[in-house]
Amino acid sequence: MTEAPSLSRGRAFRRAASTALSSRWSLVALLALLAVLTVVFGALEGISGSRLLGLTVRGVLLGGVLALGALGITLVFGVLKMANFAHGDYMTTGAYLGLVVMALLPAGAPVLGLGFGYEFVVALIVVMPLTGLVAYGLDRITFRRLRRRRAAPVMMAMAALGLAFGVRSIVYMVFGADFTFYYQGAARPVVELLPGLRVRTDQLFILGAAVVLIILVYLLLERTKIGKAMRAMADNADLARISGIATERVVFWTWLISGALAGAGGMLYGLDVQLRPEMGWWLLLPLFAAVILGSIGHVYGALFGALVMGIVWQVSSAFVNPAYGPAAAFVVMILALLVRPQGLMGGER
Amino acid sequence: MSLLTVEGAVSGYGEMQVLNGVSIRVDDGEIVSIVGPNGAGKSTVMKLVFGLLKPWEGSVVFDGQDISGLAPERVVRLGLCYVPQVDNVFPTLTVEENLEMGAYILDEPLKARKDRVFELFPRLAERRRQRAGKMSGGERQMVAMGRALMLDPKLLMLDEPSAGLAPLLVDMIFEKVADINAAGVAVLMVEQNAKRSLELAHRGYVLAGGKNQVEGPGSALLSDPEVARLYLGG
Repeated sequence: MTEAPSLSRGRAFRRAASTALSSRWSLVALLALLAVLTVVFGALEGISGSRLLGLTVRGVLLGGVLALGALGITLVFGVLKMANFAHGDYMTTGAYLGLVVMALLPAGAPVLGLGFGYEFVVALIVVMPLTGLVAYGLDRITFRRLRRRRAAPVMMAMAALGLAFGVRSIVYMVFGADFTFYYQGAARPVVELLPGLRVRTDQLFILGAAVVLIILVYLLLERTKIGKAMRAMADNADLARISGIATERVVFWTWLISGALAGAGGMLYGLDVQLRPEMGWWLLLPLFAAVILGSIGHVYGALFGALVMGIVWQVSSAFVNPAYGPAAAFVVMILALLVRPQGLMGGER
Repeated sequence: MSLLTVEGAVSGYGEMQVLNGVSIRVDDGEIVSIVGPNGAGKSTVMKLVFGLLKPWEGSVVFDGQDISGLAPERVVRLGLCYVPQVDNVFPTLTVEENLEMGAYILDEPLKARKDRVFELFPRLAERRRQRAGKMSGGERQMVAMGRALMLDPKLLMLDEPSAGLAPLLVDMIFEKVADINAAGVAVLMVEQNAKRSLELAHRGYVLAGGKNQVEGPGSALLSDPEVARLYLGG
């Protein structure tokens, strides 16, 4: 397309201005502005800085859990160009599989000042590949058949939604509708990070585990052959086939990894809060919000989005009923997308 | 000996028939160029050979083996590599990673193979850590060709390698094609730039209306009045 040479100065200026305003930095600036407004408004409302700081730390923790879910959604979208609405329920699956594995292990005493024993860590390690295999198995019986028939994206989304209901119903049937805990009534040790800033040791473990898993995913994508093949397929599936990349194998690993991350995220979320059959379902919208804020299909964007969503969710509870946390996160997502519709990482290629 | 033989191929997309009986042959060590007006089915022939389309009629034989409709990920194992006209690099992967993807099917260290590509395209060696999506059109074409050369193919298929490039880069690309061929790789290319590609090619085909209309040595085609007529849309 050639541009008309008679493009008026006013239009050229407006275009340049709108490009500058929708740059990545304006998105970051918008979020910084919101943060400053929060602090100022908080001061006016008589909310102390240390309370906001504490909530921010809680937000980072939640962001770590959200990141594990968001990474899986964005990887599956990148490789398969499909929005997997069942992903939240894969997190639920992981959380309840953890409950089963822990019931099979002899109970241990809490270790290292944490609120749980060795069995939680063992269960986490067992549940990750298990949830990954569940995710791949469900792909084999549903999405793969649809892909082979070149089903429209909306059909794939509907199938994913159906799968979400199905998985959740199975959890209801097997475990009942009540909430439960990994450790009923157990003590939850607390440490003071800074004066007045107290967090549970379990939460530090959760964040640490999330960071380790994120680093492992990074290494996998950047350093291993299968990780590079996943990125290649996300870039250009046809060229991947032409290059001889075994795309079905890439699909297998994509589900295994995103399912494993979902399983870990579900267990860590369950440890922090509680286990409920609809726990993952309620995370689905914030997860997609995180993924979209970071630009869907972009791995590092999803991490950024998850962090923002987690912090907004928690910090907003200083001002409004905590039940509105996800809604507040959505408002911020919408504001951010008004500034930069393609999300943080969009338009990179 | 004939390396690739396409015999009476009929194919197309969905209901739309594009090829109405194309027959093409590439011998060992040859450069063969397919030229023709827009919409003649030039790129379609390439996709057919590489298994991205199935032949409705006719056959594709490579190196003595019938590969009609064989999936691309299988074709590539036989020593046939393909550079599509557009979207021919992985934009978020680095130059080096793009090359590695070209030899994905091999389970061996790729350093020697990468070095050979870097020798052919020294520019890529300088930019090995750069993301392919951030490179110029000419550099991207080098990445695309480099990726396809990683497996040491017997036959390299290039779809419009000079499309959209500045004249200086067009010269460079044609020179590289000659170099690649001099190293013993047969080349089948489709080109808009009929004059340049027929000058380079040992043999050429003129494709129009989904059929090959004229065949002959590149230089002879250039002076053939029939070819001029086809190009003028007669």
